[in-house]
Amino acid sequence: MKLGVVTFPGTCDDVDARLAAAKVADAVALWHRDPDLHGVDGVIVPGGFSYGDYLRAGAIARFSPVMASVVSFARAGGPVLGICNGFQILCEAGLLPGALLPNTGLRFVCRQVDLVVQTTDTPFTSTCTVGEILSIPAKHTTGRFFGDVAPEQVVLRYAPGHNFNGSQDDIAGIVNEQGNVMGLMPHPEHAVDRLVGGSADGLKLFEGMARVAVA
Amino acid sequence: MSPSPSASAVPGADQAVALGLTREEYALVCEELGGREPNEVELAMFSLLWSEHCAYKHSKKLLRTLPTEGAAVVLGPGENAGAVDVGDGWAVAFKVESHNHPSAVEPFQGAATGVGGILRDIFALGARPIAVLDSLRFGEPSSERSRYLLDRAVAGIGHYGNSIGVPTVGGEVVFEGPYETNCLVNAMAIGLARAEDMVRSAAAGIGNILVLFGASTGRDGIGGASVLASAELDAADDSKRPSVQVGDPFEESKLLECSLELLADELLVSLQDLGAAGLTSAASEMASKGGVGLDLDVAKVPLREADMEPFEIMVSESQERMLCVCTPAHVAAVLAVCEKWEVNGTAIGVVTDTGRFRVLRGDEVVGDMPVSGLVDDCPLYDLEPAKPAAGLYPAPAAVLGFEADVREVLVTLLASPNLASRRPLFEQYDCLVQSRTVRRPEQADAAVLWLHDMGRDAPAIATSIDGNGRRVAADPYWGTVGNALECAANLACVGAVPLGTTNNLNFGNPEKPHIAWQLTEAVRGLGDACRALEAPIVGGNVSLYNEGAAGPIYPTPVVGMVGLLPDPRRAGRLGFLREGDAIALAGWDGPPSLAASELAKLRGEPLPDGLPPVDLPRAIAVLDAIRSAVRAGALSSCHDIAEGGFLVAVAESCLAGDLGAALDLGDSDDVWTQLFGEHPGGFVVSGPREALDRLGQTIPVQVVGTVGGDTLEVAIASLRETWPLDELREAHASLAPLFP
Repeated sequence: MKLGVVTFPGTCDDVDARLAAAKVADAVALWHRDPDLHGVDGVIVPGGFSYGDYLRAGAIARFSPVMASVVSFARAGGPVLGICNGFQILCEAGLLPGALLPNTGLRFVCRQVDLVVQTTDTPFTSTCTVGEILSIPAKHTTGRFFGDVAPEQVVLRYAPGHNFNGSQDDIAGIVNEQGNVMGLMPHPEHAVDRLVGGSADGLKLFEGMARVAVA
Repeated sequence: MSPSPSASAVPGADQAVALGLTREEYALVCEELGGREPNEVELAMFSLLWSEHCAYKHSKKLLRTLPTEGAAVVLGPGENAGAVDVGDGWAVAFKVESHNHPSAVEPFQGAATGVGGILRDIFALGARPIAVLDSLRFGEPSSERSRYLLDRAVAGIGHYGNSIGVPTVGGEVVFEGPYETNCLVNAMAIGLARAEDMVRSAAAGIGNILVLFGASTGRDGIGGASVLASAELDAADDSKRPSVQVGDPFEESKLLECSLELLADELLVSLQDLGAAGLTSAASEMASKGGVGLDLDVAKVPLREADMEPFEIMVSESQERMLCVCTPAHVAAVLAVCEKWEVNGTAIGVVTDTGRFRVLRGDEVVGDMPVSGLVDDCPLYDLEPAKPAAGLYPAPAAVLGFEADVREVLVTLLASPNLASRRPLFEQYDCLVQSRTVRRPEQADAAVLWLHDMGRDAPAIATSIDGNGRRVAADPYWGTVGNALECAANLACVGAVPLGTTNNLNFGNPEKPHIAWQLTEAVRGLGDACRALEAPIVGGNVSLYNEGAAGPIYPTPVVGMVGLLPDPRRAGRLGFLREGDAIALAGWDGPPSLAASELAKLRGEPLPDGLPPVDLPRAIAVLDAIRSAVRAGALSSCHDIAEGGFLVAVAESCLAGDLGAALDLGDSDDVWTQLFGEHPGGFVVSGPREALDRLGQTIPVQVVGTVGGDTLEVAIASLRETWPLDELREAHASLAPLFP
């Protein structure tokens, strides 16, 4: 079982995502110029500042050779998880609806937030229960979700008082209609080991992803 | 004597003075050139390398008195950064640098490029940067300009560190009147490497090739080292804005990965970053360390503007550039790695055996200087220290009357700019990326970073940066000793033993005797403290001429320390953890003092002349005992008593743990001193009563209360006070409105 983690120029959280993926699968590094996905069973598009966030967060990365392959992989039903900048890239690539706008405060904020699981009917949250609270850090400047999204596609919402970026309807994470592509602004890869994460709640999303990738 | 370069015009002595050289120094430059006057290229290069910023001409003799050797030292001063051994063949490199004057002129880019510059120093060694800390000084936030500088400097630090994927894990910010016109922005970076893989910066191998890689070269930052960093600021600062560099963290992120890959592939002989004085400094230092000469062709340097003059190319401080030396056989491979990371890579020169730095433009020689003259022959000056007859600094404005009671004083202290929660600042920094951060800001006195690269049982490092300028202004020697002890105390609170120290000496104009006295005394204090702590100084930086219209800054020796703790799971925390734990005051065997304290400042008291001395061996014995208790897992919490004194420390432990406390301090001769006095070596600890009693067998421990509830209650002498934690929390959040 292999989970691929894409690296673009300017990606920062790829090492963290590989460390997290390695807890549930073999973690494979994918390079932006290489369209070969090396037979992975799932793809993680990690956080960071691909291409320096120039033009618009995620706008350039989505034209990378690897993204054409990720789009095909997703359309074929493969599980794809976009975290933070990865979420922005998946929206830019048309794999997820909506867009991420600058935080209402216009500042970068790094904060541990509580997320409420809205549905367990996705690979990623299949290890959770509805209403469960996940404590996961978020850190971004451009994380205010905006867009047309069906209620059943909303996977995670910020708990009351935790929506610091002004996201519409407290939306923190969504899936596509098929449920195999998920994007979220908070960083589950920074909550997989209590020693450095403050919580290990984020591990559940990777476990869920790996469970489906195997099936 | 070498043939005179062809670039003809001689700028002359007046121009040399305008560039910051003295007439005597200009005469020496002419001697270096065999009796002829320098041309434009040569004068630009000499004036930068002989500036205070590059040549340390007023501080080098003093710095030689500092302790630089110790069991853990892998690299001492002289390389891009120092490094210490953390076991199993791994080393941690670290250094602090200032970007004060650029930040005073343009705070966002000044602070951002300060971070970018210190990060390059770290990865120039082949170490992957794993953390950034910052140390900031501004005028009081009641000043609109200070609020602007604070806001933009914090945004600049976050912009660079966040974007490049290096966590900003700690730091400090202090607001005092003397920094109003001359803010301080010091940034410290830490990196991790295999000791055997660390690369030096000495050019070597006659015929080897110099490759410049990274961003292209433009007109930004021309003369930064001499114009900005080596003179006092004045009213015409806006006109200096073109001397401030502009940073691009995306470019640096590619540069970082490219550099580390070049080193991992063993393609390089040496590597150096381009910082102050750009190519001039980087190339001549590489040549000097290798005892070689260089031919460097400016026509090959990729430019942002086609019509740049050779001298502009040589002194440009365009950011995100590195210079390496490789064998001719490796050039193609080096350029291929550059191409992979989408950075410019260009062979611009060759190592020669002439000992001369020749600047070429194509076939034309436009500069020809002895390397040793550029780098080593700048005259060093003796300071003429004299203790000032009267205080240098006006008393701060009083915000608290002497009639204010304990209840009001604690709330006012917690809300005061120097003690209020830094959450609105540090939340603008990514403190988590790289998955190492065991203790985040406000969780412990020092940041704790797990070195997971070393395997599952890997140790952690702890790091802290401190520099109380007011106490140093009151007493340069004991104040600086206190800064070093404060760092070591922060490390002890998480269970770490110091391995090494870096420092940034921020002072006024050293040519003035009273500043020379501050500097001399501070360096003496730093040396004595670091010797006693066995925390040798492995690198650092000096920033002089920090004066504005209103006079000099508080003398501000900023001390950064890195320590080791074997088991990150035992890392200490500052917040109270368990209801019912006993609370103790540990370490002090006598009363602290209100001299130069935060309370004295709020009361508008003038600075005292001198601070109470510290018994260094005793203070270090206390640190050892505290560290051992934390490492043993005996304590629930541990917090060093610093600015604000004992009661502020207790309140901070309450707020960090969201648990109240009830204290009974018994009789007291002097309630104010006992509650709010300051002195190195005191700690607020909590834990099981037996554990505190055990600690009391080695150091003074006075059990004074119990953890619990949602209020802080204090009984002392006849006084009884109670504060709901919510009230203290609200006071502590007073900086939030500065960042709407």
